[in-house]
Amino acid sequence: MKLDLLTSLYVFMLAAFIGFEVIRRVSPLLHTPLMSLTNALDAIAVVGAIILAGEGKSKLATILGTIAIVAATSNIVGGFLITDRMLKMFKASGPRKP
Amino acid sequence: MIATEHVIEITYLIATGLFVLSLKWLSSPATARRGVWSGEAGMLLAVGGTLLYQGIVSYRWIAIALVLGTIIGIPLGRVAMTAVPQRTALSHAFGALCVTLVGTSEFYLRAPDVPPFMMGVLSLEVILGALTFTGSLMAAGKLQEVLPQRPITYKGQNIVNLGMLAVAIAIAVMLVVHPEKTYLFPVMMIIPLIFGVMMIIPIGGADMPTVISLLNSYAGLSAAAMGFVLQSKLLIIAGALDGASGFILSVNMSKAMNRSFTNVLFGAFGQEQPTAAAGKEARPVRSASPEEAAGILAAASKVVIVPGYGMAVAQAQHKVRELYDALTKRGVDVKFGIHPVAGRMPGHMNVLLAEADIPYDKLLEMEDINGDFPQTDVALIIGANDVTNPAAREDKSSPIYGMPILDVDKARTVMVIKRGMGAGFAGIENPLYYLDKTLMLFGDAKNFVGSIVRELTGGHG
Repeated sequence: MKLDLLTSLYVFMLAAFIGFEVIRRVSPLLHTPLMSLTNALDAIAVVGAIILAGEGKSKLATILGTIAIVAATSNIVGGFLITDRMLKMFKASGPRKP
Repeated sequence: MIATEHVIEITYLIATGLFVLSLKWLSSPATARRGVWSGEAGMLLAVGGTLLYQGIVSYRWIAIALVLGTIIGIPLGRVAMTAVPQRTALSHAFGALCVTLVGTSEFYLRAPDVPPFMMGVLSLEVILGALTFTGSLMAAGKLQEVLPQRPITYKGQNIVNLGMLAVAIAIAVMLVVHPEKTYLFPVMMIIPLIFGVMMIIPIGGADMPTVISLLNSYAGLSAAAMGFVLQSKLLIIAGALDGASGFILSVNMSKAMNRSFTNVLFGAFGQEQPTAAAGKEARPVRSASPEEAAGILAAASKVVIVPGYGMAVAQAQHKVRELYDALTKRGVDVKFGIHPVAGRMPGHMNVLLAEADIPYDKLLEMEDINGDFPQTDVALIIGANDVTNPAAREDKSSPIYGMPILDVDKARTVMVIKRGMGAGFAGIENPLYYLDKTLMLFGDAKNFVGSIVRELTGGHG
């Protein structure tokens, strides 16, 4: 599916607005997990790297694509893991078990 | 054939929705973990969909890379909570590396036939990606203390840095006009790689929260640029979300340090380094022992603890938790006052205290706690300095004048746990320490808090 420049810009602009509105509501309490989560989501760039490494259009593309997959995958795995670990620690005060 | 293409598009569409929901659910601790799951589901769908792509001729390298990435990712997801700032900086570097490498391959696959608009976004992708890559590596190195943490500044630093950036942009413009001059491409990539290093050299520890946020934003924008190049809506949206998040955090951090946003954007960090306190005569301060401190805390009814980077360095958060427990048991109301730039990244203190099992509803942001200080019996400061300095409110000549601070000096008694009388990061003296109501508790944060806890629990067996 082809996207022209204008459509891309529309998509970018609307996504940026949604991002501002949604992220503004994130409590400062969770700003560290926010950063690690957006980092993991950002590693969706892996889809571009997968195609590059798989298409085999040139040796350079395959090599760079492979390294790029490694870098992005480590962000996906590490990012989700640490975000979940951090969020598990946030507990409200309630009746604590003795 | 067409069917598979549609399937891929649909997985991307669902993934995009899941990503937005993921961030929405992160807004409160109660739903936040659902946010992680939805992000993971979106990621699995999108990656799975991509693997169906008909153009893939060999899965060998993809499989090897996915396995290798997972092997590297798992330990990065298991680092200690105190190492989270450097881990985050490192992950910005990895993200930027991926984007830069993909951009480079795309250029050589398309050259010399690159339409002007494509060349423009490709240049943006590579320039942002390259400077974020080295910049984040430098930041991670400083945070891990393998690189010197002291800011290194020299005359004309900003001119040199901005000049480098200008040259890179000029080369990008030349490539847009003459994409067949492929020899320009490596130059366009190397300059921002150097720029990334130069940008972080003048930055000291206390500026790290702003810098990490800014690098986060750059990483997101470079991924969005990659989305323009690959014409992928999914990538444009994910990049825009990440960019927006980093941008909001950078603005928050710069406000909390009373710096203008342009000041942050152009990397004019850590400029003021007055070597105050050096030749000054020591003014008298009142100090106290753990026993005295424990006595005052036990007699209080309302206590606010203000943690700073010093608490993280001393690994004192678990002892602080014991103190919290001991005081709560005695019926003392204990809360925590968190300054937005306390620590080395946004939200750093909250994560450390949550790790130590302190309930998150006891962690209050600056605006929420400042009204409480006049009714507070004891403000206990552990490893924080500049964010409590009343000079920011009163002394117009102070370099930090105007920076929002925690009004600890309004509490009835102030206790400061500190190693010695050295000035804070900004090298500014803190008049708080010389107030009549202030007691200095000299020692290592972890040991000192431990001694107070022993005093408090000792009597109760």
